Amino acid sequence: MAKIVTDVVCPFCGTLCDDLEVKVTDDNKKILEVCNACVIGTEKFLHSQAEDRLKVPQMQDEEGNWKEVSIKDAVEYTAQTLCNAKKPLMYGWSSTNCEAQSVGHEIAELVGAVVDNTATVCHGTTLIAVQDVGVPSCTLGEVKNRADRIVFWGCNPAHAHPRHMSRYSIFPRGFFTGKGHKARKMVVVDPRSTDTAKMADVHLQLEQGRDYELLSALRVALRGAPLPETVAGIPRETIQDVAATLKSGRFVIIFFGMGVTQSLSKNHNIDMAISLTRDLNEYTKAAIMPMRGHYNVTGSGQVLGWQFGFPYCVDLSRGFARYNPGDSTSNDLLRRGEVDAVFVLGSDPGAHFPISSVKKIAHLPSVCVDPHHTPTSAVCKLHMPVAFVGVEEAGCAYRMDNVPIETRKVVEPPEGMVSDEEFLKMVLKRVREIKGVA
Amino acid sequence: MRLSEVMMMETVTLTPKAQPDLYIDAENITPDAFAGKTAEEIAAIHVHEGNQTGLLGTYFEVSGKGGATAAETKIVIKGDVLRVKYIGMRMTAGEILIEGSADMYVGAWMEGGRIHVTGNVDAFSGTGMKDGELEIDGNAGNYLGAAYRGDWRGMQSGTIRVHGNAGSDIGTFMNGGTIVIDGDVDVHVGTHAEGGTIIVKGNGKSKIGGQMVKGDIYVFGTIDVMMPGYVYRENVDLEVDGTKATFAMYEGDMGERHGKRKGQVIYGHIYQKY
Repeated sequence: MAKIVTDVVCPFCGTLCDDLEVKVTDDNKKILEVCNACVIGTEKFLHSQAEDRLKVPQMQDEEGNWKEVSIKDAVEYTAQTLCNAKKPLMYGWSSTNCEAQSVGHEIAELVGAVVDNTATVCHGTTLIAVQDVGVPSCTLGEVKNRADRIVFWGCNPAHAHPRHMSRYSIFPRGFFTGKGHKARKMVVVDPRSTDTAKMADVHLQLEQGRDYELLSALRVALRGAPLPETVAGIPRETIQDVAATLKSGRFVIIFFGMGVTQSLSKNHNIDMAISLTRDLNEYTKAAIMPMRGHYNVTGSGQVLGWQFGFPYCVDLSRGFARYNPGDSTSNDLLRRGEVDAVFVLGSDPGAHFPISSVKKIAHLPSVCVDPHHTPTSAVCKLHMPVAFVGVEEAGCAYRMDNVPIETRKVVEPPEGMVSDEEFLKMVLKRVREIKGVA
Repeated sequence: MRLSEVMMMETVTLTPKAQPDLYIDAENITPDAFAGKTAEEIAAIHVHEGNQTGLLGTYFEVSGKGGATAAETKIVIKGDVLRVKYIGMRMTAGEILIEGSADMYVGAWMEGGRIHVTGNVDAFSGTGMKDGELEIDGNAGNYLGAAYRGDWRGMQSGTIRVHGNAGSDIGTFMNGGTIVIDGDVDVHVGTHAEGGTIIVKGNGKSKIGGQMVKGDIYVFGTIDVMMPGYVYRENVDLEVDGTKATFAMYEGDMGERHGKRKGQVIYGHIYQKY
């Protein structure tokens, strides 16, 4: 016999779909089937059921041989590493719940660490732009019910956020959008012809790295000022048409992704896109939203924000919070040799950081806390396997529109496995003992 | 009698002796902090390496003494200080001479006095500068004379002169003052500027004067791609930092808000030398 758990929240991307149904065995031990999720989300649930899953912490010696250790040893090594470092880096936090993040920050404050999340190589530039010019945003519910002009700029939800278009942005029939996609105009700005771009009413296939110019040109066109013949490879008339299309909408939403946040101009692209949104509000209602990747990277920014005032790369080494991307960001710290220990939880810098940074991790005392054995574990001294948050552990996560959603526990973790939060609490207890603040 | 004749200038010499394992925050290397102190007292000033608090004397040989006031104190750093940040931060008067290269935040938020670096400086030098002089014989990194994150009041006044090249994002949110670069610059010059002057004697790349409300940017060399919001108006003969030439004058950024004065809209200007 089996039972069905309904209203399950998917812990994969920032869309945080909350309508999943998961079939589990009666003893709550095994997942049999996942319904309603996209292929990536389904895989995330089923992967937790893998037979060869790591269940015991492992330490790597200097020759690269792994040996199994107890959780107590793992806690001791982690606490000692963090306490002995002059400036440890505590990176990741985007694939875990807010409760674990909060405990992690408490440790960071005690040991004088730098706390950074995956925004550092993702939407961190967005956060810089938001600080510079503010942000007129909305919730995905408003998009579903009101938006009739949808812009996807430098993002490809067809592959990266597979259910975004069907749940919120293009297809759903909302309160004021009863005709679904038929009454929506979809504009995609991307130098590549992606599967998202192929669905668009207008695809602006601009020159690589010229987003800043094109966004500026749209602002110029909105004001009716003269434009050069082409901008970023797009003819003037097309730009003016798109500006008119946006102006004529009842509700404009601009979604943007890594195509603009991590290409030339970075935060300035977003700065300009936010300014465009602000300008559009002279004519109609307009909002802008980043397509956040990890399911709880937004939550990490939220928790860091309310605890320290800054959304990522928070340097606590001097006992007070400092922040300056370019100085206190993970890759700059690693590349320049500014940190002497690395703790990773809920991310995989081994796979996503430049090799120059990863090499530095390999030469430092380092801990990787992750349910999987990842490229990061391969370069770390300690790998600590934990339960899957959102599958085997509940907790709070923030959707890309900053709406907090409580994720559900669907099955029991394997015997003896601890969650991120439990592991961090054990480390915190030990750190307090070492620092004499128990 | 001139003021300089009354002042008793004293010199403090710092000779680097030990390299930190990581980097040190040395916001206390300023004439303000050194004024009125002996060499022993200066050696006992705090510096920070990560979460550890150390002494200046651990990393530097200190000789000489501070003057009675900041204005009467000159600091000479003999050699490269590539792992030292924040030299001259918030200084209000006096002088610092770095005979070598320094790391980030040289002269950040400085309010007066003079800093001369004979080598290079890294990013964020002259961040949020309020006044004073910053001269760099070598190259400067990114964010030279820019605003701190989220601050709409960037460089207010003073002069930054770089004899080599500069990185990207120079003079972001600039409100006043002058930045002169003898060499080339990377992308984003004077973004969001609402005043001030930037002179680039080498080549610019692109995104120059983006979102600029007010202010002047002079480029002697090439501009790869002009921002679409700039409109050519006329040719003007000007003398810019000692160079007489004809410049093409562009006004913009047309996509940005602009104030009015006597009924005339005030734009930002880019002048490109012929």
